[in-house]
Amino acid sequence: MGFWKNQLTGPTDPATDAAWDTGKPRKGFFTDTSICIGCKACEVACKEWNAVPEDGLGLLGSSYDNTGALGASTWRHVAFVEQDGDRIATARESGRRLVDLGMPALRATAEAAGGSSDGSGVTDLRGATPTERTAVGQRESTGQPFQDGGSAGVAVAEAEIPDFRWLMSSDVCKHCTHAACLDVCPTGALFRTEFGTVVVQDDVCNGCGYCVAACPFGVIERRPGEDTVKNAGIAQKCTLCYDRIGHDQTPACAQACPTTSIKFGDLAQMQDAARERVDVLHDLGYPEARLYGANENDGVGGTGSVFLLLDEPEVYGLPPDPRVTTAALPDMFRKAGFAAVAMLGLAAASFVGGRRR
Amino acid sequence: MTTNPLDADRPPERTRAERRAERRAGGGRRDESLMVPDVKFESYYGRSVVKPAPWEADIPAYIFLGGVAAGSGLIGAGAAARRLPTLRRNARYSALAAVAVGGLALVRDLGKPSRALNMMRTVKVTSPMSVGSWILTAFGAFAGLAVASEAGQGFLDRDSGLAKVLRVADPAASAGSALMAPPLAAYTAILLADTASPTWHESYRQLPFVFVGSASAAAAGLALLTSPPEQTGPARRMAAAGAALELVAMHRMEGNLGEVLAEPLRTGRAGLLLRASKALTGAGAVTATVFGRNRVAAGLSGLALLAGSACTRFGVFEAGIESAKDPRYTVSPQRERLERRRAEGVTDDAITTSR
Ligand code: SF4
Ligand code: SF4
Repeated sequence: MGFWKNQLTGPTDPATDAAWDTGKPRKGFFTDTSICIGCKACEVACKEWNAVPEDGLGLLGSSYDNTGALGASTWRHVAFVEQDGDRIATARESGRRLVDLGMPALRATAEAAGGSSDGSGVTDLRGATPTERTAVGQRESTGQPFQDGGSAGVAVAEAEIPDFRWLMSSDVCKHCTHAACLDVCPTGALFRTEFGTVVVQDDVCNGCGYCVAACPFGVIERRPGEDTVKNAGIAQKCTLCYDRIGHDQTPACAQACPTTSIKFGDLAQMQDAARERVDVLHDLGYPEARLYGANENDGVGGTGSVFLLLDEPEVYGLPPDPRVTTAALPDMFRKAGFAAVAMLGLAAASFVGGRRR
Repeated sequence: MTTNPLDADRPPERTRAERRAERRAGGGRRDESLMVPDVKFESYYGRSVVKPAPWEADIPAYIFLGGVAAGSGLIGAGAAARRLPTLRRNARYSALAAVAVGGLALVRDLGKPSRALNMMRTVKVTSPMSVGSWILTAFGAFAGLAVASEAGQGFLDRDSGLAKVLRVADPAASAGSALMAPPLAAYTAILLADTASPTWHESYRQLPFVFVGSASAAAAGLALLTSPPEQTGPARRMAAAGAALELVAMHRMEGNLGEVLAEPLRTGRAGLLLRASKALTGAGAVTATVFGRNRVAAGLSGLALLAGSACTRFGVFEAGIESAKDPRYTVSPQRERLERRRAEGVTDDAITTSR
C-alpha cells in the first residue's frame, strides 16, 4: 500500500507521486498581501502573456474590484476589502487567537536573517526586527503589550488601529498538493508538471466541467463563448506560467508586481519567506497577520501558492477550511458499493420471492 | 474634516470605543429572541467561494435515464430468468433506449462534444466520471446485445447460425446487464458527491441509496406502464421496495446534513421538486402495490413513479448547484468544523496558521 499512501490526502511531494524523477524542486508563489497596493499589474501581465480573452467590462460596485473573481479568463484576481476600525480590531483579535492556539513563533530565525535590500528600490522587510519597527513600519505604538507566545518572551507593543484600511490581495490558483480538479478529470487533460504544478492540456480537455465543481477554491472554470473565442468550452486556469518557468523565467504576474508582493521560487523557500515575514509583522505589532496554505497537514496537503493575509480567509473570498473532495473518495466508493449490492438484492428478491404475478 | 454647512445636521461622530460599547449593549435595536443562533459568516461581497458545476438539465436528465436503464436492465434479466417474455422484451428495449438517450444528453452537455471520446483515452479510478464512462459503456454494450438477441428471436430462422449464436449470447447479455446495472445506478451519486458543492459532497453517505432506490422505482414504473399486469408482479414488488429505500435514505440524508446544508434541499425550486418527488413516489408505490393488477391503475402508478424519480434527480441536482452559489453553505460549515476541531484541541490541520 506504500504507493497509495498519501495519494489522496496528507503531506506528500506531488511531482514524485506523479512519477516525475527530474528532481526539480516544487515551485510556488508567496503572495504577501500586506504590501500589495492593488495596482492589478499582475492581472494585466497574466492576460497579456497568456493571451487570456476579455472577461466582462462591468462596474461591480465592490470597491476597486471590477474583476469579480477567478475564472476561466481571470487567472489573477485582486480583491479589495474596505474595513473600518471595528473590523480591523476583530481581525486583530482573530489573529491573536491564532497565535495563542499554538504553533509557537520562532523569533530567532527572523533576527538571524538580518535586514537587507533586494536592490529593486523596495525596502526588504523580511529581516526587519522589532527595534526597527518605527522606522520601517512608520507606525506609533499604543504601548499595549501583546502576548506573542514566542520563546523569546518579548512583550511586543501593538500598532495603533487606524480608522480605515484597505485589504488588497492577489488571488491565484493554489496548485494544491492534492488537487481535486486533477483527481476528478476524466480525460487526463489536467496533469501534474515536473514543478509540482497543475496544468490543463487545452487539446485534450473535452469541457466536461467536472474540475469546475471539484475545486475547493472556485478557481478553474469552463470558458464560455462562441467558437471564435480561444479555447471556448474548455476548462482554463493559471498554469503557473508553465512555458516560462520551464525556461527559468519568472511567471508574468510575479515579474510584473512592482512591490514584490507576489514572489516566485522554490516552494520551500517561499514557505520560509512567508514564515519570516509573518514573524516580522507580529513583531511590528500586527498580530492580524497570518499565513494561508503553508500547512502541509491541511485539507489539501498544503498549497503551492502561499498567502499572507491580514484577516480571516473568508473575508477575501477564500474557504476557511477547504478539504479536497477526493479525500473521502474511498469511503464514497464503499457506500456506492453497498448501495449497488442493495439494489441487486432488492431486484433479486422481487423476482425470486412471491408469486410470478 | 469637511466644513460643509450641512455638517451641522449630521449626528455627532462617535469614537470606536463608543460604537463598540453600544454594540455590546445590543444597541436597543436587536430582538433578543433572535440573538441565540448567531452564526457568524463572512464573505467577499456575497460572491460564491466554490464554483457551481457548469452543467445544465442534461445532467439530471442523464442521471434519471441512467437509473431507468439500470433498473430496466435488472428487470430484463430477472424476467428472462423467470420466463416472463413480454416483461423481458419491454425491459430490454427500455434499457437500451434510456441508456442511448442518456448518453446523448451527456455528450450534449460537454463544452466540446466533438471530443466526447476523450473520456475513453484513460481509466482513472480517482475520477467517478471516468469510472462511470466505463460502466456506461459496458452496460450499453450488454444492453445492446440483449436487444439484438431480442430482435433476432423475432425474425431469424431458428436454425440459422446467427440465431444459435444469439441463443448463447442471450444469457451473457442478461448477466452482463444485471451486473453492470447497480454500478450504473449508484455511481451517479458519487459523481455528484465528489465535488466541492457542499450539499452534494456532504450527502455522500446516503445519496447512493437514494439513487439506487429511485432507479429501481422508476424502472419498475416503466415496466408497469409498458407491460401487462400478468407479468409485472416482480416489478410491483420492486417498485414498493425501491420507493421505500429512496424515501428512507432521503430522510436520513436530510437529517445527516444538518440545518444549514439541508436547507437547499428544502427551499426554492429544489424544495418544490423534492416535495413533489416524495408525494409522487409514495403515491405511485402504494397504488402499484394495492391496485397494480388493474392495467389502468398500474399505468398511472408507473407514470407517478417515473415522475417521482425525475423530480428526485432534478431536485438533488438543483440543491447542489444552489449550495455552491451561496457562500454561506461553503463558509459556515467549514468555519464550524474548524472551530469544533480547535475546541477539541486539534490545532495542526488548519489551512490558516499563525506562522
Ligand atoms: S483544485 Fe483548484 S486551486 Fe487546487 S490546483 Fe485545482 S484549480 Fe487550482
Ligand atoms: S473540463 Fe477538461 S480539464 Fe476539467 S475535468 Fe473535464 S476534461 Fe478535465
